[in-house]
Amino acid sequence: MSKLILNRRGLLKTGAAVGAGMAMPTILTAASDGGYTNAPTGSTVTLGFNVPQSGPYADEGADELRAYLLAVKHLNGEGDGGMMNTFSSKELKGNGILGRKVEYVTGDTQTKSDAARASAQSMIQKDGAVMITGGSSSGVAIAVQGLCQEAGIIFMAGLTHSNDTTGKDKKANGFRHFFNGYMSAAALAPVLADRYGTDRKAYHLTADYTWGWTQQASMAAATEAKGWETVANVLTPLTTTDFSSYIAPVINSGADVLVLNHYGGNMINSLTSAVQFGLKDKMVNNKNFEIIVPLYSRLMAKGAGENVKGIFGSTNWHWSLQDEGSKAFVQSFGQEYGFPPSQAAHTVYCQTLLYADACERAGTHNPCGVGEALEGFKFSGLGNGDVEYRAEDHQCFKDVLVVKGKENPTSEFDLLEVVEVTPRAQVEYDPENEFFAGGSLGTCNPGA
Amino acid sequence: MTLMRDRTLLIIFTLFVLAAPLIFAPTGAAYPDLLQRFAIYGIFAIGFNILFGLTGYLSFGHAAFLGVGSYSAVWMFKLLSMNILPALLLSVVMAGIFALLIGYISLRRSGIYFSILTLALAQMSYVLAYSVLTPLTNGETGLQLRLDDPRILDAAGPEGFLPSTNLFGLEMKEVFWNPTVFGYDLQFNWGYYVSAVMLILSFWISIRIFRSPFGLMLRAIKTNQTRLNYTGVNSRPYTLAAFVISGMFAGLAGGLLASMDPLAGAERMQWTVGGEVVLMVVLGGMGTLIGPVLGAIFIKYFENIFSKINEVVLQGWFSFLPDWLSNFLVTIVSPFVGRGWGLTLGALFMIVVIFLPGGLVDGARRIMRKITGADRRAAKARNE
Repeated sequence: MSKLILNRRGLLKTGAAVGAGMAMPTILTAASDGGYTNAPTGSTVTLGFNVPQSGPYADEGADELRAYLLAVKHLNGEGDGGMMNTFSSKELKGNGILGRKVEYVTGDTQTKSDAARASAQSMIQKDGAVMITGGSSSGVAIAVQGLCQEAGIIFMAGLTHSNDTTGKDKKANGFRHFFNGYMSAAALAPVLADRYGTDRKAYHLTADYTWGWTQQASMAAATEAKGWETVANVLTPLTTTDFSSYIAPVINSGADVLVLNHYGGNMINSLTSAVQFGLKDKMVNNKNFEIIVPLYSRLMAKGAGENVKGIFGSTNWHWSLQDEGSKAFVQSFGQEYGFPPSQAAHTVYCQTLLYADACERAGTHNPCGVGEALEGFKFSGLGNGDVEYRAEDHQCFKDVLVVKGKENPTSEFDLLEVVEVTPRAQVEYDPENEFFAGGSLGTCNPGA
Repeated sequence: MTLMRDRTLLIIFTLFVLAAPLIFAPTGAAYPDLLQRFAIYGIFAIGFNILFGLTGYLSFGHAAFLGVGSYSAVWMFKLLSMNILPALLLSVVMAGIFALLIGYISLRRSGIYFSILTLALAQMSYVLAYSVLTPLTNGETGLQLRLDDPRILDAAGPEGFLPSTNLFGLEMKEVFWNPTVFGYDLQFNWGYYVSAVMLILSFWISIRIFRSPFGLMLRAIKTNQTRLNYTGVNSRPYTLAAFVISGMFAGLAGGLLASMDPLAGAERMQWTVGGEVVLMVVLGGMGTLIGPVLGAIFIKYFENIFSKINEVVLQGWFSFLPDWLSNFLVTIVSPFVGRGWGLTLGALFMIVVIFLPGGLVDGARRIMRKITGADRRAAKARNE
């Protein structure tokens, strides 16, 4: 009864030396395993959706999950097909991936690296997921990306904006569609200098983890290049909910700009706190006090309500865009759930489609084949214009939107207006740029 | 008589632990990562029980030792070697030193004041790891291995691949035997068996401590510390020793966690983790030998399996029912599974504490008594 088949990992390295008696027969049946971790054998293929369902990024996680389910529907040929119809690559036929029906498992990352890795592990070891995607926190994304690299699984990063994800912590098995802190800063700084002048003193409040650190550094560098001065940078723990004790010192610091390197629930609370302290109506150094939120999303704007009016930030995508891809996505998401998607929903939907498409083009789920298909892949029709997955660091390069909280919203979803579409050339950088140096992709790992 | 019983218990325990990949297969929990967690948190809970179960000192700070163990282990992987032995050694030693320090300070008080002191010190350690000592801990992101780490004892591996944690060549993440039994795909994994051996060793040490004069002294402290002091016994060295021992167990657990998955994050030091181990011990049965392990398995099972049940899975379960009924049941049940797993756990915890003050072990004994009708034997077992 006990049929020996190939153990999944590390066979070639040391297994044979140790469990010689037990392991030897397994080599003979190696071919049946497909040569990589969790190769699908039946009529279905399982994807793992690992998103925060609790913690400060729970709203984003819920929206991501909606988009994943929509993407699975479209891949399996249900619904109206969404962006599959506008996508420049026409490999996807609505018959699953490589003819296999797409199934999925979900997990809660709790916005904690430990829990996220445990959840991803169980998807890989128990549910046989061949790809993991998700993560609404760069700390989590980096932790799970590391795990997937070691397990031999493709990781399609969701909402992660830290430079490190495709910088010093980049991995051969990890791919990111979302933009990053450096790009936000490069797009925002010229607009800010234009609106608020070049003689400004900025005070930074920063979420205390990889995303906050790298975005703050990028923002500081980009604005200082325009003549701004950085007065202070205060780190706030990710789990903070009451920011009043952080806001009070800003008033006496002599700064005339407050940069909130916060996201999700953090940003909602800190911005609300800042507005309650009357910062927006203050005059400092004979200038209007201004608040900036470098990374913006509609969900946050909704949470912060009135307070976002007139506040600048950047975003990866916005539902009001009028290109064919965006319109198709907003249409089918709206039909399904009754409201427009957030940028988090958009990026994970794209990632799922991109993964499926890469599998089709590579003709396999093998991470090395999929990786090769994604590296240097140029596409359009997914709502961001012309996009390229750069081979050197697995980062997508595309236009960045600079947005502003709308003064007179016409509906509860119409909260942000696009001020400028910063062309891709302006936010591009060298892979060995000081904010990204120090990492190495390593070699793609197919696991078994 | 006690010796015989202990020996039987140890043998049964050993068999149970070694056969776990088979035993847990029908529950959906028999994949390496979760089995490793069962064993590792079992060690954590066994260690905690030596302090809490025997002396009655309730520490909320043991998460700090778990974290210290993890960080030490990962640093050993980065600097010295991917062999887990030096890593585990350093984890235990570092956790011991930390425990000595925290124990020395907080054991000046007892009761609630002791608990608060440990909580405060653990929270300080957490903040240190989270935002002060970030060069050492990498803060929220967690400490990870990198391709360019020195690892001075190891030979260079293949270019572009991170080496795996191993015990003299046995790779922790490797599944060495993968048979199909009764339709279940079983995964026998080195990492689990390393943790399992450690768990059995810890269990054996715990039995020895329970039966030793030292254990008796600890129980005397729990029963009536004032009387003990009046008889001229200075109880502090005993409580401190118990505290350090349980801290070292926590360090071992932390080191093992990092050995199975080389990442150490600050959230491992958060007070919620320290609270969780209290729950494990109380749920399983404090002061019993096997209880803490059962509690650890129970909680980790809920955290990892129940939290994965989403509405689609539920619909699958109830699909044989008429549509309206299955929809109704899904609506009723879904708040208690998936992200609501904590709710179910909380309710179960309340039920256990109210109706089975002795935890799961107490429940098992009551059932045994019902079956065998051997009241006398059961009463005796409860007194052990």
